[in-house]
Amino acid sequence: MSGDPANDGRAAPPPGSMPPPGPPPPHTEAAPAHVAPPARVLPGTGEGHRHVLVVLVMDRPGVLNRVSSLMRARNFNIDSLAVSRTDRDGISRMTLTLHGDDVAVEQATKQLYRLVDVLKVQDVTADQLVEHELALAKVRVTESTRAEIIKIIELSHGRVLDIASESIVVEATGTEAEVDALVALLRGFGIRELVRTGAIVMLRGAGSIEEALKR
Amino acid sequence: MTMTKGDDPTTGAPARRSHVPADGTAEAARVEAARREMLRDVRTRKRTRIGADVLMEALIRQGVEVLFSYPGGVILPIYDILGDYPEIRHVLVRHEQGGGHAADGYARASGRVGVCMGTSGPGATNLVTAIATAQLDSVPLVAITGNVPGALIGKDAFQEIDITGITLPMTKHNYLVREADDIPRVVAEAFHLARSGRPGPVHIDLTKDALAGETHAEHPSLEQVVAGLPGFRPTLEGHPRQLKLAAQEVARAKRPLILAGHGILIAEACDELRAFAEKAQIPVAWTLLGIGAMDETHPLAYGYMGMHGWKHVNRAIQSADLLVAIGMRFDDRVTGNVRTYAPYARIVHADIDPAEIGKNVAVEVPIVGDARRVLAGLIRLIDPVEPVDRAAYLDELAEWRRESEASSWHGSGAWRDGLLSADYVVQRIGELTGHDATYVADVGQNQMWLARYAGFRRPRSHLSSGGLGTMGYSVPAAMGAALGRPDKETWAITGDGGFQMTSQELMTLVADHIPVKIALMDNKKLGMIRQWQEIVYAGNYHSAHLPGPDFVKLAEAYGMPAFRASTPGEVDGVIRAAQAVDGPALVWFEIAEEQNVFPMMPAGKGLSDLIETWGGPEE
Repeated sequence: MSGDPANDGRAAPPPGSMPPPGPPPPHTEAAPAHVAPPARVLPGTGEGHRHVLVVLVMDRPGVLNRVSSLMRARNFNIDSLAVSRTDRDGISRMTLTLHGDDVAVEQATKQLYRLVDVLKVQDVTADQLVEHELALAKVRVTESTRAEIIKIIELSHGRVLDIASESIVVEATGTEAEVDALVALLRGFGIRELVRTGAIVMLRGAGSIEEALKR
Repeated sequence: MTMTKGDDPTTGAPARRSHVPADGTAEAARVEAARREMLRDVRTRKRTRIGADVLMEALIRQGVEVLFSYPGGVILPIYDILGDYPEIRHVLVRHEQGGGHAADGYARASGRVGVCMGTSGPGATNLVTAIATAQLDSVPLVAITGNVPGALIGKDAFQEIDITGITLPMTKHNYLVREADDIPRVVAEAFHLARSGRPGPVHIDLTKDALAGETHAEHPSLEQVVAGLPGFRPTLEGHPRQLKLAAQEVARAKRPLILAGHGILIAEACDELRAFAEKAQIPVAWTLLGIGAMDETHPLAYGYMGMHGWKHVNRAIQSADLLVAIGMRFDDRVTGNVRTYAPYARIVHADIDPAEIGKNVAVEVPIVGDARRVLAGLIRLIDPVEPVDRAAYLDELAEWRRESEASSWHGSGAWRDGLLSADYVVQRIGELTGHDATYVADVGQNQMWLARYAGFRRPRSHLSSGGLGTMGYSVPAAMGAALGRPDKETWAITGDGGFQMTSQELMTLVADHIPVKIALMDNKKLGMIRQWQEIVYAGNYHSAHLPGPDFVKLAEAYGMPAFRASTPGEVDGVIRAAQAVDGPALVWFEIAEEQNVFPMMPAGKGLSDLIETWGGPEE
């Protein structure tokens, strides 16, 4: 920075309210007596891991759009999203999985709560859960691999839904990890097509997210 | 003088309002008489109650006095019955964006919900900037648009656009209404949402057939509205445990500072803020939108913080051991680089929106609640502090302030060359209006000069597009502010750039005789762009120069008295001349072309890295 322009001794300010230009202040930041401060930690920069959110919403037109638009706008990447009705009139349930650190995901839940159509958001990541996902895979088969594939499917608690000469359609259910494992095995034979529903979850025990709806 | 709503220029009796300029001329009277003759048959016939009627009934039930709007094809059903509702003053704006900002200005100045309206397609998209402005600054706004008939939705019909899809991420909530029967519920919900909890804009899109369809729907009670919105239950009371923790922080702190935000004004918590500050002897700093939360002449009022805030305020933040932040959101213009922000401070953060807490900075004591109730709770819990017990701290801050105010007077020193200095203009406007007007900033240097130098004494006296930073805001917003607070003088403080974005509303001001005084600070530049180009982009002034018209001639072409000043000696005279005008007036201040706003915190830097003068890059 160059010199202070108020000190070059030229014309005075116009009359009225202008205070006289003073000398520049000494540039001393006041440092309190204690030790140098640590840098402030930014929220949401911790280690990320998988989170599962259960979101209860009013069953209204556009509510899925509101939820997905919000997650996009707030820079959260949804890994999977499953939506369905509940047994309560006018209330739908979404199960979202996403990756992020705890603070960032907490921020996502708070942002979701701002939506007028959202009734409840619960991060169930740390809870005891029943988790299930359904996948359909169309797997390439030949005469020589068919028997082996069917054996793998049976051992993995999968089901064969359709058999054709060059392919079979497999149903796989289980946790995301279990489905991942079977899909990985089948990949070796050639997956022609794969579709997954995304996880749905329910708390173990008597606890009910629906019954705890905000009043 | 403003027109009384519902008056009739020909008979003086309350009557239907027309939009023929009520200027009392024989021509206006003749047009009005002919129109009445034409309508007499239609109006005396009993007609059915249509969606548009229900809309107007609902607006009246919500206490709406003024509607800023522009007609178009699909909202003609509304315009067809609008004259039957003289309770609502209709202001025919010249562009929907102007109407949106006017409703925003009305809301900020009055504390009531502002209402704007436009037609489908371009009318609706023109409202988008104003809706976004209201969203970023938590302004209660209800924006109404028409849409094509329900059967045509999705067919790319004439002037059809998916406007609810567009406004979805920039509203608190929005509605597409296809049935006239739904209008009463939706409007009641929209107003409840717009004004409750953290306020914000709500958009209602109505199909033409919903507006024109017959309906017998009844209006819901507030209880029914609340019951119908089970997902909307703002937390108002601060949690007692959190309040107790906050009070403990206050009791321990040696260098506490209150950061007052817009939430103080929204919650009307100014008395509580002052009482809290006085009881605990804590100085108060404020954000751009927190201006007016505290009378700036109060001994504990410390100043405006942030990127172009006062150096002493930013120093106080950087040396504080406790920040008590109420109703603000640690915006990047406030914090700069968060890593170096307030390095010694623990933070108590109270906000009505839980999503704001922990969003930008991690805090030690979060409190979710309404600012007034939180402050009232804190006042009960804290022990009084005697001024003498904080004497060393307060004296040090006072010394910093003295230094900062003496040196910051006007970085460029334009006045020394006999040029007109913008901050001098702003300060004189503040003084000559007794610091009691409603001052509406535009965006850029003018906004910062206003925030720093006008001197604010009361809440809702300073309006500024803080979050979105919408150039062109000031003139239309001042139009709304003047109608929202007709008991106060209204000044739009704008630059030549922002002014040229919405200057079409000069005609609205003149036609509707809305007494806004416009201080146009013309440096023939996009001043803040020029400043950044000078300091950050090595003087590469691409597109910073902005030629403009003769603004006096422009205003006069609209029929608005206008004055010009280019030297300090002329300033008081032109301000007084504008004040003497009955109705709107414009003052064209030809200010120094290269004046900068100092101090300035460069992007990515922290509050301790303020630039205070600039004479080129250091060797």
